[in-house]
This record gives sequence, structure tokens and C-alpha cells, in this order.
Amino acid sequence: MAQLLTIAVLLPLIAAFVLFLFPANNPKAIRALAIFATGVSLLITLTLFAGFDRTKSGYQFVHSIPWLPSYGCSLKFGVDGISMTLLLLVGFVSFCGSFISSEIHEREKEYYILFLVLTTGISGTFATMDLFFFYFFYELAVIPMYLLIGMWGSLPPGKHGRTKEYATMKLTLYLTAGAVLALIGLLGIYFVGGTLDIERLQHNIWLARSTQMWAFPCLLFGFGFLASMWPFHTWSPLGYAAAPTAASMMHAGVLKKLGAYGIIRLALPLLPEGARHWANLLAILACFNILYAGWAALTQKDWKFVIGYSSVSHMGYVLLGIATLNVVGVSGAVLLMFAHGVMAALTFSLIGFFYHQTHNRFVPDLSGLARKIPFIGTCMVMAVMASSGLPGFANFASEVLVFLGSWQQGSTLFRVATICAVWGIVVTATYLLRAVRTSFFGPFDEKWSMLKDAVTFKQKFPYALLLAVLLTVGFYPRLLTDIIKQSVATSIVNRLSTGNEANAASADTANNGRTTP
Amino acid sequence: MNHLIYLYGTDWGMGQFPICSVWMILFTPLVAAALITLLTGRQKGLSAALSIGAILISFALSLRLFLLFALKGIQHHPHPIQWLVVGNTVRINFGMTTDALALLMLLVVTGVGSAIHIYSLGYMKGDPGFSRFFACMSLFTFSMLGIVISSNFIQIFIFWELVGVSSYLLIGYWFERPSAADAGNKAFLTTRIGDVGMMLGILLLWSHAHTFEFTELKAKLPTLGLPVGTLALIGALIFAGAVGKSAQVPLHVWLPDAMEGPTPVSALIHAATMVAAGVYMLCRISWLILPSQTALWLIAWIGAITALMAATIAIAQNDIKRILAYSTLSQLGYMVMAVGLGGPTQAMFHLTTHAFFKALLFLGAGSVIIALHHEQDIWKMGGLWKKTPITFWTFLIGTLALAGVPPLSGFYSKDEILLLAIERNPMLFVMAVATAFLTAYYMGREVFVVFFGKPRDYHAYDHAQESPWVMTLPLIFLAALSIVAGWYSKVPDFLGPPHEAQRHSSLLTGGLILVPLFGFLVAAKIYWKAEPSDAPVKVALGNLWTLVENKYYFDELYHWIIQYVQGTIAIVCDVFDRWILQRLGIGGLSVGTGLLGRTVRLLQTGSISGYAFLIGLGVTVIIYYAVVR
Repeated sequence: MAQLLTIAVLLPLIAAFVLFLFPANNPKAIRALAIFATGVSLLITLTLFAGFDRTKSGYQFVHSIPWLPSYGCSLKFGVDGISMTLLLLVGFVSFCGSFISSEIHEREKEYYILFLVLTTGISGTFATMDLFFFYFFYELAVIPMYLLIGMWGSLPPGKHGRTKEYATMKLTLYLTAGAVLALIGLLGIYFVGGTLDIERLQHNIWLARSTQMWAFPCLLFGFGFLASMWPFHTWSPLGYAAAPTAASMMHAGVLKKLGAYGIIRLALPLLPEGARHWANLLAILACFNILYAGWAALTQKDWKFVIGYSSVSHMGYVLLGIATLNVVGVSGAVLLMFAHGVMAALTFSLIGFFYHQTHNRFVPDLSGLARKIPFIGTCMVMAVMASSGLPGFANFASEVLVFLGSWQQGSTLFRVATICAVWGIVVTATYLLRAVRTSFFGPFDEKWSMLKDAVTFKQKFPYALLLAVLLTVGFYPRLLTDIIKQSVATSIVNRLSTGNEANAASADTANNGRTTP
Repeated sequence: MNHLIYLYGTDWGMGQFPICSVWMILFTPLVAAALITLLTGRQKGLSAALSIGAILISFALSLRLFLLFALKGIQHHPHPIQWLVVGNTVRINFGMTTDALALLMLLVVTGVGSAIHIYSLGYMKGDPGFSRFFACMSLFTFSMLGIVISSNFIQIFIFWELVGVSSYLLIGYWFERPSAADAGNKAFLTTRIGDVGMMLGILLLWSHAHTFEFTELKAKLPTLGLPVGTLALIGALIFAGAVGKSAQVPLHVWLPDAMEGPTPVSALIHAATMVAAGVYMLCRISWLILPSQTALWLIAWIGAITALMAATIAIAQNDIKRILAYSTLSQLGYMVMAVGLGGPTQAMFHLTTHAFFKALLFLGAGSVIIALHHEQDIWKMGGLWKKTPITFWTFLIGTLALAGVPPLSGFYSKDEILLLAIERNPMLFVMAVATAFLTAYYMGREVFVVFFGKPRDYHAYDHAQESPWVMTLPLIFLAALSIVAGWYSKVPDFLGPPHEAQRHSSLLTGGLILVPLFGFLVAAKIYWKAEPSDAPVKVALGNLWTLVENKYYFDELYHWIIQYVQGTIAIVCDVFDRWILQRLGIGGLSVGTGLLGRTVRLLQTGSISGYAFLIGLGVTVIIYYAVVR
């Protein structure tokens, strides 16, 4: 069972290596292998989920391969409730992403290699228990995106006045800058904490308050770049707009969640005192994310920009959930990462479906598409409803948890933040319904009569799968919340609440900067 | 799997059946909606059969539960499912309430719903989206029943939102019409503003009481010792949800536009059931509102203002359905006012009778619209009473019931509210009586213009004919209910102990009978002619007419706010994002890197002596640290 997790993570990477040996003139076989690898990886992840012991809170399926023993570094994988949930997300999105990549018709081999490397990069970050490999996989995920957007992307002219090269350069610069900032924090943790083992850092080591105070903002803002925290979010809408469909799906769906995951997995449990100190600022920034990005989305004309700003806005809910530092809020944030990931992937894939045919995704140029492509139209309405937090979809349960957690936090600041967040659902509904109204409803424009709907099972499958996931979790959120909340309680909130006593104990040994209770 | 067994029971013959039948009432329509969407989209007949079958099953089961309760006093308490449990503080159940209030409402929803589903067979005949229509109707039925049986605040909020989305889908059913698509958006967004208040109210209440369950809250509330202000705030915030859904001032603007949906939708959702959900919720949580005088005051006034204002707008409308829509607003105002006056029982009574006669009126209007090939302007109708006799007579019954003419049902329920008003707040009583007068007046206008006088469009008139039996049968069914629903005066008793002021003077009742008659008389004087017109009223009212014809300019005001306030904020955010943040961020990075590069370049002078000096300096420093330290 333990090796299964390692296989699930590394399988796409292995497939990428195998693809190197494939002849480039056989795109069908290349595509089949990519779908096969991500599909098997998804199946294994589902098996692991089924076998996940829902009564335990610690890491499960732990499997370790020694790497650099002298530095205490090993390729160690293991999942708790939080990372299990997010691995499922990667599984679904990468599988559907490779499925709908059929629109790519040039340099398929390189495309799928990069896509598979990206997949392993993301799932590796979620599954690893080693600080070194955390950073390794993190970077492994960021770099292929640069090439994917730069080579296969497209950016129609608009008021942004930019090219796709600019967009991809900017995205990479921002994310690299964030990664460097996070690296400084991670190095600090390593040198002061003395180990690379995340589990040990979480449970056995309490870093000195002074370290926590400077390392936390490094991680918060460093990972915040990737989580599109305001004001470091501007790469995001532009980057998505330029990216090919599957890359937008992966990026908005899962890659962005790496940032929030970094904060939840490392910053909160390792630096709880720093977290308490910086939580208020995080809440304020989260409100900016929610409302500012929501309002900015109101003025966008390009479908991908609308959804791009929308995803910045939704990350605000995730960040607000994190800032609450209580079980309810953080669990809500994790569930929302899952829900928003699936929903964003769905929306981008739907945009890709008609953009591939119309080569136009300007909201006012399109009209009445629902008549010509009813299946895609129906899916789009459902995706938009999910995004506006309609009950029945996973997004509702998670947003409600964020509201409850934030309200429960109790301070006036968080009360105001909650009011902003609840108001955010009106803003979200406004720009999304407007966009759907303009391009899918209204009289059909004969200009688009060449559009073809998804009719075959193969065409419908990825959209139906993503919708089914959203609905399943939405109807019975305890499928995920039961495992999330336990891990959140033990690995994060208990650390935060025991902080004061441990802090007193650590005062004695403050000289060497760490304690080992 | 356990849950599935739980939902539908394992042992159908034994005593478990009544328990799972509550679940079946709720989920059968959802199953129908899912089956239509996934499987039978192409077979129109099958889709309709599934949808109608589902609501009939729900109706039969509801009737059974209702009779068991009313006759034998048997009440069931199904166990809730734990839907979401996080931490010690968040326990959200999926429960079932089956008290008198819920059973009555179940009956209203499924009963009226069944009639309207069957009517739709005729009305929607030949529509390309036939299956989609029935799928949405079933989805709506599911959501509405969910509100009725909800046992806690989050659950009711869930179905509250689901009702909102089914309403959105059905208003925008003819999505290719820009007006319909816009109306759908408007309805969804306007009601959502109310939902924000409701959510905040729930949060505030929860942070004090730590539970969402109605029964627990009801027991706990007196012991909490909440400050008066907090209690009023909670009541007002939750009431905001009802203001949105039940289209009260100032969030009423969406309901008239919602008439863009097919007429059966207007009848079921925007007259009989969904818009009444707000009132139902207020009755469900009356224990929360009644202790707060401030909240009650607010609710009563909002209701009264809505009632009067909508009635004045209705006198100047020309669309057969919009007149009814404003009438609905006005009657909902009555119900809300009744709750605010401390009479949830009276509110529920009026809700029930109103559901019957307003559904009847809408279906009658639909029958007229179909007869005239989708003509909705009353000034293009006229003289139809001979052509469509069943429609005419049933419409007339509905009109009389709505106006409150005895012995039809509307009289009894409206009477109760008026008596409550005179006892508690004379000012509101005056407004309510004025509304009653206007109600009779504008309904009289509609009847006289549509059914009497000379036909104004002879071509349409000549082709007009009575609707098929699938449409007239529901009309007759609802007309019968509109007549008798008030006779069974036990309806209010069924819900709770009778109100003390029932011993009203016969003089007052007699006076109240005259109000609608007077209204009809005035309407007859002006409109019962061969060629009626609004001209005399226009002259008499002057600028007031312009004001009511333009609906007090609410739409214009909101449009201005959306365009200029929200629009400006949005543009500021967008411009700030593109011109300040983007440049600052990427510019900062590039300038920073450039500066770093220039600084480092200063060291690369290319002069050997300079390098030698630096090497020497470095060596010295290293030796210093190695030796001295």
C-alpha cells in the first residue's frame, strides 16, 4: 500500500521519460500514454482514498527512499487528510486535462512531456514529507508552465496590451520571486530546526519566537505569490489568458493551490506564533482578494480574464479561511481548494471548448451560444453556479465553513472580513451571470453557426466527470471534511493552541534556538 | 450505502414506511429531474410523465401524512442525517420537520404544484425545450419542499438558494429572448442581496447559541439573555432573506420582471409557492421574531408599505400578467404585515388561500394568452367572456376571492389580517384597507377590460377558443379550492391556539365587506364600457399616474446605482490593477534586478591592480579570521 502512493506520484514523471523514447510522429500513441499515466495515477489515488484510515489524523502510506543521508534528506512520501484531498484534486484535474488536450496539434511530444512533469511536480509537492523535496517539486511544477504557455499559448489582443511572451515571462518572474522568498524562510527553518523531515518539524520541534517572526512572512508572502495573494496576483489573470486550455486548468485548478498548501502545511504548523502575529494582515489581504478582484472581474471582456480574476477572488476565501487559524476555517479553506480547483478546471476547459472553434472568447462578441452548444452551455451554467457557491456543489459547503470559521474567530476585524466575504458572493454571481447572460443567452448570432457541440461520450466525459465530482462532494461533503478536519485539528490547531506553554518551555533553551520536547 | 437504505427504507410493509415517506416526498421530484436531464431529454412525453408522476406521488404522500396527523394526531420524527460536522461548534444536520405548519405547506406546494404541472402539458405543448421545462419544474418542486421540511437554518438556506436557482432557470427559460435572460439574472441577484443578510443573521445567531437547529434554538433562546439590540438585529437580518424571496420593498423589483417566464412558472413559483417561502420562513421562526418589538415593527411596516405601494402600481399596468404580479406583491405584503403584527397564523392562512386563487388567476391569464396566441396586452383583448367561458368564470371566481368577497376564501383570510391590524396598529389598518380597496379596483379593471367591452383586435378575437381540458381542468380544481378553502375555519386553529381577538364586532366585518364592493363599483364605472380607457383616471390623478405607471422609478434608481456606483468601483479596481499594480510589480522586479546588475558591474573594472587589491584584501580578511579569532 505504501509504495502505491510513491507510484501514483512518480508515474507521470516515468511516463514523461518513456515519452522521450517515443517517435514524435505518432501523436495518438503519445496522447494515449499521457492519458493512461494520469488515469492510472488517478485510479491509484482513488484506491488510496478508499483505503485511507478515516479515524487517524497522522500521515499514512508513508514510504521513504534515502537520498542524501548525510543531510538527513530522503525522498519520503506520505499523506494526511489535507494532502489526500489535494492529491485527489490533482488526479482528477490532470486526467481531465490530458483528456481535453486533443486540441494541441503541434509538438505533441514535448507538450505531453511537460504536462506530465508538471503533474508530478504538483502531486509531489502535495505528497512529500521532506523539506528539500518540497522545494524541489515546487520548482518542478513552476518551470514547465513557462514553456507550456510560451509555446502553446495564445493571447488575443485586448486592453491589457500584452503578448503571450510578456504574460509567460511575467508569470515566471513572479512565481520565481515568490519561490526565492519562500526558500529563504525554508532555509531558516532548516538551519534553526535542524532537520528536513516535515513530520518531525511539525511535532517535535518548536522554533524560537524570533525565528518564527521573520520566517513566517517569508513563507506567507513567498507562497502568497503563487496563491495570488493581493497585491501579488497580477500575473494570474494574464497568465491564464495566455495559457493553452489544459495549462490554465492545471494552473488555476491545482498549481495555485500549492501556494495555499505551502502556508497550511509549513507556515502554520511550523511557525504558529508567527501565524498568530500575522493573521490579521492576512485577513485584510484576503478581503482585498475577494472584493477587489471581484470588482475587477466585473469590467473584464475576455472570458479567461473574467475567470482569471474570479479565481483570484476565490483564493481570497481560501486565505481568509487560513487566517482564522481555527479548525472550521482552515478545514473550509482546504475543502475550498479542492472545490475551486475542480470548478476552475471545469470552467477553463469549457472556455477552451468553444474558443478552440470560435477563436474568439470576448464576451460581447458571443451571443446565444446555448442554442448551438446546449451541452456545453448547460455545463457552463452549472460551473458558474458552483462558482457562485450554490448548494449542491462542493463550493457551498466550503464557503459556508469559511464564513463560520471567520465569524467564530470573533474579533471585530474578522467580523468585518466575514461581511466582506459574504458580500463577495453577490459580486461573484454578478460578473459570472452577466458573462453567461451575454455570451450564452440572448439571440443566437449566425456568425457562430459553425460551432459544434460535444456529442460523443468521449467529448462529454471530462466535463461530466468534473461536474460529478463537484456534485458528489457537494451532496455529501463529509466524504472529505471528515479526513480534513482531523488533520487540521492535530497538525495545525493543536500546535497553535499549545503555543503558549511550549513557548514558555522554549524560553529556557532559547540559546540554541530550538527545543525537543 | 447505509444512507440509501435509510432514505428509502428496507421494510416497506412495516411501520418504517411513514418515516421514509417524508424522504420520498422530498426526493422523488429530484430523482425525476435527474432522470429527465440524464436520460429522457429526447422523449418529451416520458419527461412530462416522470415530472408529473413525481409530484403526484409527493402529493399523495403529503396528503396521507397530513390526514394521519389531522385525524389521528400521528406525527413522525425522522432521524436527521449529519450532513457536515467540523470541530465542536459546527454540526449541520439534514433533518425533517413534520409539524402542522410543515404539513399544511407540503400540501399547498404539492397540491397547487400538481395542478400546474398538469396544466403545463397543455401550455408548453410544442415548445422545443419541453423536457428542460419539466426537469426545472421538478428541481423547483424538490427545492421548495426542502424549504418546507428543513429543520435548521443552514438547511433552509441551502434549499433557499436552490429555489433561487430553479427560479433563475425558469424565468430565463426562453433564454434567447434578451428580456427573459435579463429577468433571470435580475431575480437571482436581487434575491441574493437578501440572502447576504440572511446568512449574516444566521452567523450572528449561531455565534451566540452555537446551534442551527430550530427546536434547540427555540428552547435555548429565552435562556441566552441576548441584548434587545442583538435580537432585533438578528431578526432584521434574517428578515432580509424574506424581503428578497418574498419580493418586499426595497427588493421587490425582480418579481414583475419574472413574468418573462412561462405562465405556469409565474403561477407556481412567482405567485403560489416560492415567493411565499419568505412568509413561511418567518412563520417557521416566529419564536425568534416575536420577542423583539423592533423587528416586529420593521416587518409590519415593510409589509404594509409593500402592500399599498404594489397595489397603486397595479392600477396603471397594461400587461395581464404584470397586474397579477403586482397584486402578488401586494398580497405578500399583507402576509408579511400579519407576521409583523404578531400573527403568523393569520399569515399562513392567507398564504394558503392566496396560493389557490393566485395560481388560479395566473393559469386563467395563461389560458387567455394562449387563446390569443401569446398576446399579453390587456388593451388588445376585450369581450372574451363568450369565447372562453370556463376561463372567464374561473377567473372571475379568482378575482372575487382575491378581492375578499364573501363567502370566497380570500374574504376569511384577509378579514383575519385586517382585524389583527385594527387591534394592534390603526395606522397599518388604514393602509391595509386602502390596499383592499385598490385590489378590488385593479382586478375589476382587468376583468372588465379583458373579458367585456368590444373586442379590440378582431383578428385575434375571431381565432380565440377555449383551452383544452388539460388546462381547464386545473382551473376548475383551483377555482373549487378558492371557494371553499376559507370555510374550513379550522385551518388557523390547526396551526396553533386561536387568536384572542376573534370575537370581532359584526359591524366591522360588515364594513369590510363593503370595501371590495366599493372598489368594484368604481372600476365598473370607469371600465365597464364598450370601449374603456385609462383616460379619465389619468386626468384625475395627473402626475401621480406618471409616478405609479413608472413604478416609483425604483428600476431607474437601481440602474443608476449599479451603473455609476458599482461601475465606478469596478473601473477603479481594474485601472488600478492594470496601471499601478502591474507596473509596480513587474517594474519593481526589473528595476531591482537592473540596479543589482549595475552594482555588481561596478566591481568589474577590468583593471588588474584593482583585482589584485581585492584579492589581497580578501586574503587578509580570511587570515585575520583564521588566526586572530
